[in-house]
Order: sequence, then structure tokens, then C-alpha cells
Amino acid sequence: MEITEFLDQDQKKDLLRLLTAGSVDDGKSTLIGRLLFDSKKLYEDQLSALERDSKREGHAGEEIDYALLLDGLKAEREQGITIDVAYRYFSTAKRKFIIADTPGHEQYTRNMVTGASTANLAIILIDARKGVITQTKRHTFLVSLLGIKHVALAVNKMDLMDYSEEAYNKICDDYKEFITPLGIPDIRFFPMSALKGENVVDLSDKMPWYHGKSMLEYLETIHITSDRNFEDFRFPVQYVVRPGHDYRGFAGKVSSGIVKQGDDIMVLPSGITSRIKEIVTYDDSPSYAFPPQSVTLTLENEVDVSRGDMLVHPSNLPIISRHFEAMLVWMDEKPMDLNTQFLIKHTTNNTKARIDSINHMVNINTLENFDAKTFQLNEIGNVTLTTAKPLFFDAYKKNRQTGAFILIDPRTHHTVAVGMIIDKTSAHQTHRITEVELQKVANGELLIDPVQKEKRFNQKAHTLWITGLHGSGKNELAYTLYRELFQQGATIILLDGKSVRAGLSRELDYSPSDRAEHLRRVAHMCRLLNDQGMLVICSFVSPDNAVREQIAEIIGPNKFHLIYLKANLDFCISNDQYGIYEKANRGEIQHIPGIDMQYDIPQNTQLTLNAMEKSHQAETVFQYLEKNNIYPAS
Amino acid sequence: MNKPSYHINNLRELEAESIHIIREVAAEFENPVMLYSIGKDSSVMVRLAEKAFYPGKVPFPLMHIDSKWKFSEMTAFRDKYAKEMGWNLIVHYNKKAFEEGVGPYTHGSKVHTDVMKTQALLEGLNKYKFDAAFGGARRDEEKSRAKERIYSFRDKFHQWDPKNQRPELWDIYNAKVQKGESIRVFPISNWTELDIWQYIRLENIPIVPLYYAKMRLVVNVDGNFILVDDDRMPKEMAAKAEMRMIRFRTLGCYPLTGAIESEADTIEKIVEEMMTVTKSERTTRVIDFDQEASMEQKKREGYF
Repeated sequence: MEITEFLDQDQKKDLLRLLTAGSVDDGKSTLIGRLLFDSKKLYEDQLSALERDSKREGHAGEEIDYALLLDGLKAEREQGITIDVAYRYFSTAKRKFIIADTPGHEQYTRNMVTGASTANLAIILIDARKGVITQTKRHTFLVSLLGIKHVALAVNKMDLMDYSEEAYNKICDDYKEFITPLGIPDIRFFPMSALKGENVVDLSDKMPWYHGKSMLEYLETIHITSDRNFEDFRFPVQYVVRPGHDYRGFAGKVSSGIVKQGDDIMVLPSGITSRIKEIVTYDDSPSYAFPPQSVTLTLENEVDVSRGDMLVHPSNLPIISRHFEAMLVWMDEKPMDLNTQFLIKHTTNNTKARIDSINHMVNINTLENFDAKTFQLNEIGNVTLTTAKPLFFDAYKKNRQTGAFILIDPRTHHTVAVGMIIDKTSAHQTHRITEVELQKVANGELLIDPVQKEKRFNQKAHTLWITGLHGSGKNELAYTLYRELFQQGATIILLDGKSVRAGLSRELDYSPSDRAEHLRRVAHMCRLLNDQGMLVICSFVSPDNAVREQIAEIIGPNKFHLIYLKANLDFCISNDQYGIYEKANRGEIQHIPGIDMQYDIPQNTQLTLNAMEKSHQAETVFQYLEKNNIYPAS
Repeated sequence: MNKPSYHINNLRELEAESIHIIREVAAEFENPVMLYSIGKDSSVMVRLAEKAFYPGKVPFPLMHIDSKWKFSEMTAFRDKYAKEMGWNLIVHYNKKAFEEGVGPYTHGSKVHTDVMKTQALLEGLNKYKFDAAFGGARRDEEKSRAKERIYSFRDKFHQWDPKNQRPELWDIYNAKVQKGESIRVFPISNWTELDIWQYIRLENIPIVPLYYAKMRLVVNVDGNFILVDDDRMPKEMAAKAEMRMIRFRTLGCYPLTGAIESEADTIEKIVEEMMTVTKSERTTRVIDFDQEASMEQKKREGYF
């Protein structure tokens, strides 16, 4: 390859903006240093391989203090910590990278939010010795709040954990459990030692159990173009270009969507429609433009358009409103004064805004909501705002460009807060289904995973199956359990012979084959209910060992808990409220266990309770549930 | 028709970002100016401004702060292109200090830089009451620049407070200033030295010939090759001059800017050299070594 060809090829690579978050001790500076300096060596090697007699300078063995190379301002050097967002740049043969390096300290949430606002991807560092800590959760929450779609969890310092796969897996599991509800679409895990350069640029032979990519290879190959919104055309007009009296070009950046020459467009807020005459750039007149290109548009008719207006397709409008809900991050030392008329900047629009209400605040360490009357520095909360004139916006989740705004204090002119608009109707609207979800639907898999359900209901979705002779007191126990568990907050379903036979199993009698069919139906019902997060209590005689085994199979052996109410026949007869034994003795009914058919005494029960000791039964079950984290789950 | 591609390469993405910034400033400030240093970064920045307002003209003037110690090739280049391209160019210098004879050889680099560059800049900005000044600084140039905002707020005394910078998120820039306050704007913040060269190659942007390697008459001063540009260089120093194949990575005042030995006499060779270079371009700037963290100090005082 000729050098010109190499250069032509090189300038075609795309740009990935990434954020790194972690504390001083997690080895973040070392990781960044590795990416910056080790990748440069690779790049140089590739380039010098082009020339036959290239001079290879030895880099190996050079001792580099990576952290020192990255250090910035004098004040920080004295403190020995980074205190702001610092931007770093590096390039490989495949991609160019911009790193926003942000510190991990709580008081600098502001800086992390700043770095995250332009990032495609976040690397979150964890010290393998410490695992998932509060700070990790905080960083992850901020990353999800700012809409970053790709998270790489770098489990660093694996060398100090003897490269233990088990330790690594434990950290990944802990992290997955925490991150699931945040809805970040793409999460990857990397065991590494930044200090020793293991799995950073090159894969390490110290962790043969890891089969993934090195961090750098992942960063070079991850697909990000489709993260941009190419669907909803939004063009906030920045500037009107007027080289002559009869020419008016509307200059701006394509925030989202695609615009083509000849497209019908609408001007907001006037609602006047026209058509795109030409897409103008210094270099040529392309037939279409896409984000994040900066172009100039001319229209077919003479239409009044000025800065702050927005060009859109008439068939796809943003929300046009003076009122909206948003997540707000307070960035100023001075707490919020609710009486202030803030200046708001949203796309190319400037107007005034007032906070109508603080709906709730978020504790970024626990993600719990709480009430507050004002915002302090670094606090995050949900607010309702009203602006002096209507804004044209989309929910931040759908459109990072038209869903974001800043608030400016009218006196100090500080940027006091930044906000991300929430789609007000999103709670009632179904979100678009993803490809992965579509596959799940086809397979009949639910879109909420069991961990989330377990968390919501605070219970394991299992089945408690009470077996025993007629009159052993099964229903009494089952109904007592239902009442008590309900009052404690459990979400439960109770199934017993009488209620199921009244409808679902109406055509079935008590013969062994019909009993088996009846119980098969009940077992499948239990399974469906368990899948949806319900705790199920069943009360059935279920006399046959083989049938009980089949039930356990259907429900899943680890979700099936067999409780045997042990009673002798005399006790049952004396306790019989339905007169079943009397009828059986008179020969009016058949197939009654203990009379004319066998009741198999269960062998593998989780609990065996004495039918005569009614006062202890429920208590024993509660203890069992608690001990096995069935209810409550945590 | 070909299937449309929505892929954007890194130079075009940086270009789009810079154009967006330049347009924002033109739209939101009353009296912006673009500081033009004649260097490669300025040349790229001016091209971006021309692109931003095409087919219209750039709606603000360019201003060159002339320290009167620039390389003579720089001044010649400036005057040629300003005329050819029809730029609205202001050239400002510290007249009083110039007449007093301030220069690096007589007053030392620190005093010279302060008086002929920083003071001259502030004087120029005050004289025309500019409320926004574009500069061609890049974050990868120097450590303290890595933390600079794109809109860098300056108080009435043009001072920068690194501890009290405005948060800057997405591409939404806070353009609010009180009377007398101003901002410095760095539209090519996210460009690296390599990007600049690749873009110059891609766009065919004219640059001062000093960037290309050539046999030139230089003096080796503690490892820095200083060009013998005019007869103001002290005689005993000029006596040690020798011919070397050199080029400049950055351009400033000739006594304060070191050349590097290089064979790169075409743009391709320069780009190739940049791809493998390990030293920062600032190491060729003698003024940066004056004192610990000197760039940060100068920025606090109002320099770029």
C-alpha cells in the first residue's frame, strides 16, 4: 500500500466518544494511559510496516508513569487528583477516540454528567478487590440518566485477585442485578489488569477462561452509527444566511432524522409548509443530509424563518408545548430558588422558564425517591416546568438533541441546571419493541425478567403444595397462610380443589385418571402464575406419588415445595366438614383415599406438619418461607 | 440510485461540530472576532468559518495580534491571503511597547510574551469591544487546555478561573455575559494536531511554507533550532548559524519557536510524521518552559 492510500483510508475512520468513570484508586488513569500510549505504538507499527527499511524504535521496557502523563492543572497536581472533565484523544488504524475523563467523587457529579452528555459509551471501572460499591451504582445511574447506550464494566486489578474467574463472575452477577432495571441496552464485561496491561490492548494468558475481546478491540469494533436517531427529522435553525436580497439559506445542524431535496417540510411554530429546494454546503449540494451534519437549507417559497424556528416533516412532529416534565441535575453551588424566572436554552431557542413543582428527588446511591423543597448542588430530581413560549421537543430517551436543555440564572448567568425531558405520555404508551424482544415474544417469553419481578414483589415465585387426606385441615392451613401473607404484603394466589373443580375441572370426577388430569391442569396453572411472579398456595389431596412427581416436574422441582399434613384416618373423619367419609361409607361416592383407594404417604416433603397441632402449622410454614428467602425475598 | 449512507468520518464529524459552534457564536453575540495567528490551526479555523456561512460571507472580522517578532514569511503569507480571499482583517500590535523596543533578546521571553502578546491581545479586544473571540486552541495541545470549555468565560479583566468554569453539556452553549465580560471560543477544541494536518491535506488549505522541511539557516540553542529570520538576532548568536533540513511544527515569534529536523517536504510526509511522532508539539515552544505550569498561568492572566 502506498502512503497516500494509507492516508486516504485513515481519514475515513469514524469517531467514538467515550466516558471513563471510577475513583482515583481504581486504576483509571493507568487504563487511560495504556489506551493512549500502547495503542499509539500499535498504530505506529502498522504504519512503519508499510516501509521496508523502517526504523523501529524500541518501546519495550520503557517504564511509563501513565497517571503522571495525564495529570492536568496545577491545583490538581497539588491535591493529587483530577477535579474536572479532561478530554483525551487517541487514534488507532480503525477508529479515532475522544475520552472524557471524569472523577469519581460525589461532589463532582456535575462533571460526570458533563462528560456523559456527549459520550457514545461509558467505561465504568471497578476494583476487583472491592466489587460493586455505591460509587459504581452512582456512576451507572448517571450514565443511564444521560442516555448512554453502551456500558463496558472494567473489572480491574484482577492480578490482585489471582485472576479468579469466580471472583469476576460474582462481580458481574452483582452488577447485572443492579443494572437491569436501568434499561441500558448494551452491557459488556472485561476482566483486566490495567497496570500489567492485561486485556487492555492485548488479551492476557493469565485469564484463559475469558473468551471475549480486549478492551481496545471492543472499542474499535462496537457499532454506534445506529445509535443516532435517523427517523424524526428535526432541524433547529441557527442562523439565516443572506448573501444577497433574493437568497435566504437556513443554516443549522441536522439534530435527527434525514432530510432530502424535495421533501415537504413544516416550519415551527408558524406551521407554514414548503419544500426543500436545495441542501447547500461549501463543498457541494448533496441530495440528502443526516445527523450530525451542519448544512444550509433553502426552501422553494419565500417563507419567514428565523433563528429558534425548527424545520420538520409535516407527518412527524415533535411535541409543541409550554409545559413538560424533566429530570433536572442541579449544577450550581447556590441552591435552587423556586421563585427564580430562569433563562432556558433548548436547541437554538432562548426563553424564560419557571419550575412549577418538584415532583420527587432521586437518591443516587440507592435510587430511591424522596421529597424535597429545593435542589442543592449535584442533586437530581423530577420537575414540572412552564416556559414563556412553546418549545418543540421530544423525550430525551428518543432524541438526545431535542430532549435536552440548560437553565441559566438570570442574574449570575451561571449554568445552574441541566435537564432531560421526560415523555409525559410514556407511562401510558407502549414503547417500541426491540429486535431481541420480538424474538422473545415469538418464543412466548415475557419481557420482564424474573429478577425484576422478584424485586418488585419481594418474593420468590414458587408454589407451596399442601397434600393430605380429606379432613386433615389443608384448606384451613392454606386459607390462613393466604390471609397472613397477604397482610404482610405478599402477592399470592390460592388454588384449592373446590374452586378449581367448580369451573376449570367441572367435567372431571374423582377417578384416578380424572384426578390426574385435574391436577395436571392445576400444575400448569401454577407454572403460568409463577412465571408472572405470583406466589401460589395449593391445597389438594393429591394422593398419588407418581402424580405429585409429575406436578413437581411441570412446576419445576426448585419452585415446588411439598407440605404434607400428616393425620390418621380417625382424626380426618372427625374433622370432616363436607361429610365425604359418611357418603363414601354409604357407598354414594367412590375413589376416596383412605376408604377405597390408597393415599401414598409422601417421602420427599419439604415440610411435614402434624394435623393435630393446628396452632403451630402456619408459624412453621412462615419460618420455612423466611429461611429460604421465598417470602420475604430480601 | 445508490443506497444512502449515513456514516460520517471523524474529520467530517469534527467539521460539523466546529461549524455548529461558529454559527452559534455569530448568532448569539453582538460583536465577535476571530483571532488569526497565521498558523495551521488558524488556517483551518478560517476555512471552517467560510464553510459555516457559505454562500454568504463570514460575518465577523479576523484579528491578528502582531508581536512584531513573527517570522517574515508569516507576515508575507498573511498579507497575501487576506487580500486574495477578501478577509476583513484587523492587525493590532502594542504600539507603545514596540516603540520602546520591547523584544525577547533585550527583555527576555517572559516580558516579551506578556507585553507583546497578552497585553496586545487585551488591548485589541478592548479597543473594538469584542464580546466573543474565537481562538484556534486545541485540547490536545497542552495539559491545562485538556480541561478548557469550548465557550471559555472571561471576566472584565479577561481572566480565566479554572475552578469556576460553567458546565457545558451536549452542544448547548451558555452565551450569556454581562457588559464588559466576554468569552473565548475554541471551535476546534476536539481536533488533534494529526486531524489538522489530515484536514489541510483533504481540503488543500494553504499554509505558511515554514511548515515544510527545507534547508534553512538555523542556530542550535539548547537543542532548539532557531531560525535566523532577520538581523535583530544578536550577532554572536547568528555567528553560530548552520544550514539544516528543518521544518516548524508550530509558528510564533521566531526567536521563541524551535524547528525540528525533518525530511517532510510534502503534506503527505508531514501527516506520516505526525502519525509516528511521540513528542508534544508544544515542546518546540520555548516560552512554555519559563516556569512550572506556565500555560495555565498565562491563561489565568488573559492569554489564550
